Amino acid sequence: MERPGVMRGSDDVDRVTRDIFRAESGRVVAHLVRRFGDVSLAEEAVQDAFTKAVERWPVDGVPPNPGGWITTTARNRALDIVRRESTRHARSVAAHDSIRTMSDMDEHHLDDDPGAAIPDDRLRLLFTCCHPALAPEARVALTLRLVGGLQTHEIANAFLVPDTTMAQRIVRAKRKIAAANIPYRVPDGAELPERLGGVLSVLYLVFNEGYMASSGDTLVRDELCDEAIRLAHVLADLMPDEPEVIGLLALMLLTAARRPARTDANGDLVLLADQDRSRWDRGQIVDGHALVRRCLRRNRPGPYQIQAAIAAVHADAPSADATDWGQIVALYDQLLTVATTPVVRLNRAVAVGERDGCQAGLAALAELDADALDRYAPYHAAHAELLVRAGRTTEAAAAYSQATDATADIALRRHLERRRRAALT
Amino acid sequence: MKYLLSVWHDADYEVDFASDDAQRMFAQVGRFNEDLQAAGAWVFADGLEPASTATVVRPATGGDTTLTDGPYAESKEVMGGFWIIEAADLDAALDWARRGALACEGPVEVRPFQVL
Repeated sequence: MERPGVMRGSDDVDRVTRDIFRAESGRVVAHLVRRFGDVSLAEEAVQDAFTKAVERWPVDGVPPNPGGWITTTARNRALDIVRRESTRHARSVAAHDSIRTMSDMDEHHLDDDPGAAIPDDRLRLLFTCCHPALAPEARVALTLRLVGGLQTHEIANAFLVPDTTMAQRIVRAKRKIAAANIPYRVPDGAELPERLGGVLSVLYLVFNEGYMASSGDTLVRDELCDEAIRLAHVLADLMPDEPEVIGLLALMLLTAARRPARTDANGDLVLLADQDRSRWDRGQIVDGHALVRRCLRRNRPGPYQIQAAIAAVHADAPSADATDWGQIVALYDQLLTVATTPVVRLNRAVAVGERDGCQAGLAALAELDADALDRYAPYHAAHAELLVRAGRTTEAAAAYSQATDATADIALRRHLERRRRAALT
Repeated sequence: MKYLLSVWHDADYEVDFASDDAQRMFAQVGRFNEDLQAAGAWVFADGLEPASTATVVRPATGGDTTLTDGPYAESKEVMGGFWIIEAADLDAALDWARRGALACEGPVEVRPFQVL
């Protein structure tokens, strides 16, 4: 971790404190869960350590080894809680017994290097948070809270729900983990692919929540994207042999690289074709490309790797006109063999339209399942774009209206309405 | 720890015990029960008569109770039977439930017993 420099003011300390917590708390929570066998206790102890850091660090300065400080403070806090409430329930008593045998054993290792031997715990924690027996929205919230170290109100802001709703969601999920005895382990062999798919979809959901939705605070949404990327980095470090993990990380980086060009000065959406590509984040593109090459070398393609490859083709093109649509169509054909969804079919049809012209695109679109896509705004928008190019402006305007009706997203509605008016003039 | 695996079906569901479907299902459930016993996971299991045969007893004032005919909850779905199993954790219980659902050809709810 980067060591903080000289502090200039308390805002800096607050920010540094928060960043350090985000970086460290998943590790510490994960360790304490294994140690005490209790998710709520681990979270409470780490939260108390955070509160203490917010009080102490602006006065005392950030400790030389912040990760070690948090680990020690949280562990001592957890021991205090267990000792005081050892009758709270049977689990705590059991944990209390195990502390006597475990604490002397690993105490000093932990203080020497808080990162040592703990990554496996974080992986366990991630699989527990993303367990399929939890509701999807609870998986997302728990992952951000426990692994990502976000405060409950930060998660509530990001998902536009009241703090109390988010707090209840998290409490309920933690209660189920404890009461139903959701195991704290990385699933083995046969189970792993499906369960890993569940973890990846939670991370991708977090990313998309930050990337796709245009409502809410932009800053918060950017942070969600960054958080998803950070968690994907953690997972990629912990499971370097899983190509889909690398693929998801690459997909996120190559998509996030477009963020600076995705909205104009008025905050309006800019389509991929119209984006100023000089504003794309080159660092993320270079990293994304390297990861795409790395995972494809393993020759175990999956949906995230193929989507990352598609994003890489876009990133390669110096201009929209120079895009290699032939390669993109080929990649969508490959994607259809592993993920046959109406949206993938739609994206392929759009790519065909770019490669072979608007008539071919309209023909490809006509073959899609219109019922399945009727409430999907991008379907009508793609139809409208092709109709504009074919000179069928009245039909295009109607398709834009259908697209507008299919979304509640204000910025997207504004964009579609603008395109509708442009089509008619 | 212990888990309740309950089997649910529509309230108007009726079984024709002589039918091939029912015979197949009973054979499947029989094999599943044997597997549970062989693995040491079996605590108890049985099927229930229809919900219309249920009676509810409620406490009333002065130590009295009242009786009403029919199931407690008026619902479209009712519990048709259950297993109580011993499993190390939810994943193990879910794995039994998966096999139970396939055996009885219906949805199975998994619910942990309290640990006091």
